[in-house]
Amino acid sequence: MFLINCPYCGEREQAEFSCGGEAHIARPKNPPELSDDQWAEYLFLRKNEKGVHYERWNHEYGCRQWFNLARNTATDEILKVYKMGEAPPKLKANIPATPSGEPSIGSGNLSTSKKDRF
Amino acid sequence: MFNKNKYSFLSIARNALSHHENWQKTWKSPEPKKNYDAIIVGGGGHGLTTAYYLAKNHGINNIAVIEKGWIGGGNTGRNTTIIRSNYLWDQSAALYEHALKLWEGMSQELNYNVMFSQRGVLNVAHNLHDVRELKRRWHANRLNDIDCEWLDTKKVKEFCPIINTSPNIRYPVLGATLQRRAGTARHDAVAWGYARGADEMGVDIIQNCEVTGINVKNGNVTGIETTKGTINSNKIGIAAAGHTSVIANMAGIKLPLESKPLQALVSEPVKPVIDTVVMSNTIHAYVSQSDKGELVIGAGTDGYTSYTQRGGFNIVEDTLMAIVELFPIFSRMKMLRHWGGIVDICPDASPIISKTHINGLYFNCGWGTGGFKATPGSGWVFAHTIANDQAHELNAPFTINRFSSGELVDEHGAAAVAH
Repeated sequence: MFLINCPYCGEREQAEFSCGGEAHIARPKNPPELSDDQWAEYLFLRKNEKGVHYERWNHEYGCRQWFNLARNTATDEILKVYKMGEAPPKLKANIPATPSGEPSIGSGNLSTSKKDRF
Repeated sequence: MFNKNKYSFLSIARNALSHHENWQKTWKSPEPKKNYDAIIVGGGGHGLTTAYYLAKNHGINNIAVIEKGWIGGGNTGRNTTIIRSNYLWDQSAALYEHALKLWEGMSQELNYNVMFSQRGVLNVAHNLHDVRELKRRWHANRLNDIDCEWLDTKKVKEFCPIINTSPNIRYPVLGATLQRRAGTARHDAVAWGYARGADEMGVDIIQNCEVTGINVKNGNVTGIETTKGTINSNKIGIAAAGHTSVIANMAGIKLPLESKPLQALVSEPVKPVIDTVVMSNTIHAYVSQSDKGELVIGAGTDGYTSYTQRGGFNIVEDTLMAIVELFPIFSRMKMLRHWGGIVDICPDASPIISKTHINGLYFNCGWGTGGFKATPGSGWVFAHTIANDQAHELNAPFTINRFSSGELVDEHGAAAVAH
């Protein structure tokens, strides 16, 4: 579990929030003209990024507002909170380089050294 | 023919004479060669069974299995070991039933005790909707020749005496389906047994070797880049579970997958107290007891993309609340270990076992939270797909193209537990 800094309420436990999946997927402008593959792309295909993931969250058990997060899915570190409608910030994330891809301390623990962060 | 590597009573006696210091290695760990007839990326159950059946059923022995960690260290060693085939839809039922039949002969075939125990799996109903859904699945299973029974509350209590069937609990037990041929197996042994079997037929199992790139030339796959150098092959099968999207990304392929943590935990060991597997979809909890005596408890997925092999405590808390209500006898048990695995979930909660638009590149992924039970069947059909460049009839419905054509195999919630 991690803490999320809701732009409207401040820092709360992640259990109060629900994740709405990948952000910035625009609904197609001309639905009747779309091919099956284009529909599949819009409906189903996801980046599923290991690294910086831009995603929508809803403060479900709080203010019920939607907002965006940029989160490093390799460490769960939240890199940026920004409001709906804002452009995604350009960020880099450190993906820990151990044989199994996890941070060197424990399995999936946040790296403790400042220099290991982006 | 005398095979000195065969495990038997005689081999135990023989090795006892040398104080068990001269047992053969279960598999060799060779350095990778430059060229292979086929490469399997991912040394979990699905990857190892694929290599095993490629060698056994299709005569392709020059294979490398590339594993970035160690054999059995991923989801194969992290699941709750439940095996069943009581799926709703015909396509899934056929696939999982094929796997279940392979489980039934596995220990003998591999000469390796996978401790497959057909102790039965109960899927419990807690409300009218559950009752209707489970009865529908019971009938669907019987039409597909899969054993399934409906137990009312009294019979559930007889079958699993420690379950709380009081009508006064928040989610009372209104009945359950029972698949008697379902059960559990020792998950590590499955990986080790198949690794040993594949190794004996000439498969190279290469651990601590991470894939860093996929080489594609003119629409044909030519090999992979790894932390141990370039390895060439014109047939590459990906069985990388939660990290499938990472590998697909190297080949420029976007898949309909989301990787999420799935948590499980085990208690301190106690004397035998529950001799079956109890699963509940509505309150989302499942429990069985390992041969060591630990309660093996599975939780639900965390609701966000992550590759961290852990998860939130709120998920564990929810699961344990449900377990304690259903089994008040467990209320003072201590939990010993807790972990997460990364599962790749498809929008329809069914797997993808498929060719791609790149010749020679195949994917076996999207098993989500329920891949362990399919381990042998998955490898069987994936090996067929790789060897013949064509799907086996059992995995023909599970292509990548179904997301364009709309022919989804929607097992969300229909597969006896929510995925």
